[in-house]
Amino acid sequence: MSNFYNDNDDILFHMKHMDLKRVVDLKEDYFAQKQTHPEAPLDYEDALDNYSRVLEIVGEISGEFVAPRAPEVDIHGATFKNGEVHYAKGTYEAIDRLAKADLMGFTIPRNYGGINMPKTVYSAATEMISRADASLMNVFGLQEIGDTILKFGSDDQKQRYLPRFCSGEVLGSMALTEPDAGSDLQSVMLKAFLDDDGNWRLNGVKRFITNGNAKVSLVMARSEEGSKDGRGISLFIYERDEHMKIRRIEHKLGIHGSPTCEIQFNDAPAELLGRRRMGLIKYTMSLMNGARLGVSAQAVGIAEAAYREADKYSQERVQFKKPIRKFTAISEMLSGMRVHIEAGRTLLYETSKIVDLKEGIEERIEHHPETKADLSDDLKRYSKYAASFTPLLKFYTTEMCNQVCYDALQIHGGVGFTTEFNIERHYRDARITNIYEGTTQLQVVAAIGGVTSGTITSRLSEYENDFDFSGISELFETAKRFRTHLEVVVAHVKEKNDARFSEFHARRLVDIAAYTVISYLLCMDATKSDRKKKVAQAFLVEANHKIQAVFDYVTSDDLSCLDSFDEIIG
Amino acid sequence: MSLKMIVTVKQVPDTHNIVGDAMKPDGTVNRAVLPTIFNPEDLNALEEALSIKETVGGSITVITMGPPKAVEVLKESLYRGADDVVLISDRKFAGADTLATSYALKCAIEKLGDYDLVLCGRQAIDGDTAQVGPQIAEKLGINQITGLVSVLAASKKSITIKRQVDDGFEIVRSKYPLLVTVNSTANEPRSPRAKRVMAYKNIDRKFCDESYVESYLGTDGAQPSPSILSHIREWNVESIGADALQCGLSGSPTKVKKVQNIVLTTSDVKQVPNTDVGISEFMRELMDEHIIG
Repeated sequence: MSNFYNDNDDILFHMKHMDLKRVVDLKEDYFAQKQTHPEAPLDYEDALDNYSRVLEIVGEISGEFVAPRAPEVDIHGATFKNGEVHYAKGTYEAIDRLAKADLMGFTIPRNYGGINMPKTVYSAATEMISRADASLMNVFGLQEIGDTILKFGSDDQKQRYLPRFCSGEVLGSMALTEPDAGSDLQSVMLKAFLDDDGNWRLNGVKRFITNGNAKVSLVMARSEEGSKDGRGISLFIYERDEHMKIRRIEHKLGIHGSPTCEIQFNDAPAELLGRRRMGLIKYTMSLMNGARLGVSAQAVGIAEAAYREADKYSQERVQFKKPIRKFTAISEMLSGMRVHIEAGRTLLYETSKIVDLKEGIEERIEHHPETKADLSDDLKRYSKYAASFTPLLKFYTTEMCNQVCYDALQIHGGVGFTTEFNIERHYRDARITNIYEGTTQLQVVAAIGGVTSGTITSRLSEYENDFDFSGISELFETAKRFRTHLEVVVAHVKEKNDARFSEFHARRLVDIAAYTVISYLLCMDATKSDRKKKVAQAFLVEANHKIQAVFDYVTSDDLSCLDSFDEIIG
Repeated sequence: MSLKMIVTVKQVPDTHNIVGDAMKPDGTVNRAVLPTIFNPEDLNALEEALSIKETVGGSITVITMGPPKAVEVLKESLYRGADDVVLISDRKFAGADTLATSYALKCAIEKLGDYDLVLCGRQAIDGDTAQVGPQIAEKLGINQITGLVSVLAASKKSITIKRQVDDGFEIVRSKYPLLVTVNSTANEPRSPRAKRVMAYKNIDRKFCDESYVESYLGTDGAQPSPSILSHIREWNVESIGADALQCGLSGSPTKVKKVQNIVLTTSDVKQVPNTDVGISEFMRELMDEHIIG
């Protein structure tokens, strides 16, 4: 067995080369705890060393403990009996293992029992856990619940809940979706009302709740009677008691270890998180963005697992007297998979870093209000980047994950279609990533604004100014040409001023925006390693193809696919 | 009273992950190319101590005898939850066989004073003798139970243990003080704890003579944090009150007469069909040749 951190050159590459100086300064509040907490870092290098050591523990648990249990967890899955959900044995064991290693309060401050890691490190950890067992990510990744209480809860709520999350005593879930409110969360109907004693109570049904059996849930509910839209919705902390009933769990294609529950609240007592009416528009959006980062990391992890299965099989399987990887058709797929995984990973870490900066600045302003004037421009900037990069990331990585799993299964041929090999599990697990926490189609809706408003390109300008690309000028010229193409296409769509036209091409615009951003990021990576130059080269060749095609399509002004909808569909 | 446990551990060459030539031409172990690890069954012994602590309470002190580099296994022990650790290190310990080793460890244990339970790994992967644990018990004059596979019941007064014997298991109960040796099948050792890794990664060792009184690094901030060790204690022959002649090479009657260097080569490849019949025929063959059974 192996350590999923030490055996992954690409994660190690990023951990070695990423510039996290400002992230660390903010996360550590300029090393304010070095005297009070023996586990707090003394300086930047010490913090990086801590990150690496923590990831080594996660890597060991993932590779040596979680991965060997994953096939069993998939077969038995979470079960529902006598009104209660039971995890598979391997899931219980993994949770216990992670909790005992102090890994369940990953990003929570030390004062509450956490280990105060930045999101960037959390993404790397989530990726490794998901490579081992995608379904376990839905427990490990739901640390987001604690993070949301940290951000918006009262001091008292933080004291009561966070230490219990950190110790692993309680797990979390977020109860947002309802039978009639999926992508359209504004139509949430679950009712929150104040009882005679002035306490909040919840009434109604939630559906598709990942880990809905958890001890502590964040429940989105309509607190303003008579309201119809998102402004009537608040977020509540609910702790399991007899007023909540689990009605059933779903039978799913993949992530069998993760229970997806339908739950019913019957006048269940709950407490308000933050302010009334801010439930959807502020807190849930924040929660969802965090979860999208988590699912993106999950997607990269599943893709990594699938790629490795295919790589191994292609070396072992001999046909026509040679290992099948010697055939061009196979080697092309393998190198394509590897390049796209590295593309996804560089975007994952960059986005995580942006989120770290945004949240770090927010926290700094909160704790040191005197810095507000100096930092408010920065905060605006990083908030915009975070809001654009997060959906872009989920859009790219989850689709990429599905493609990688598809190719990895293809390389296995017939045996890949049987349950004897791991690849079919990865293939099934991958399929949810581009659905939950907002489908790919919704990520387009969330990302398109940043593409057309110029947020994405202003980040590209920063890369152009901040980095020395002289060593790879030819590659970088290509990347800059992509940017020009992107800008031309965006201008063309805007000029049309036709909502239908914009909507139709939104997916393509987001797609080439992702390819352009990744091209820049891979160029930045290429300045640090010769191997990365090859990776960037391979990616840019394909990106060129894609961007040119979109350019031709959009500028052709052809909408026949839409115009002829009725004739084609009938 | 709370249970006082001592765990003896050893840093050994990693014989499972050999890179390069593990043996020198003269037949001795080429330690320079072998990465060192925590002896696996010692990790099982530590894990058993930690789980006894979780159920009964108590404290765990880990000791190792070895060169300064052996401090790594002590750090690993701290990462997993040991309360205190001691390095026993002195050039005079060099070249010790099992007799000299168990003597030195016995002296160190006596210097630690009060103890209820000593836990050792069954054997180390570099020598595979399984002698040190039993020898320590003999020298301390206390009960011993070897080959622990599980603890059936533990209290502050006694412990009931299931032990592996040649043809099955025995269940044995003993009062303290007691020494046990632990098998690899007893448990799956826990992972290091992130907080302890970050807190202890830079801990120094410090030579201590007999007059030394342990101090703990407190926290002077507003937030309480469990006190942690400020450094790792290091003892030598004098500080554990050992007779130098009984230590190291001079205390080791074992003499290596000859070392044979055997290189195993693959001579024949046999493919076993992945069918019930294929597998059962193969099993029968292995039993006929007494490879298993």
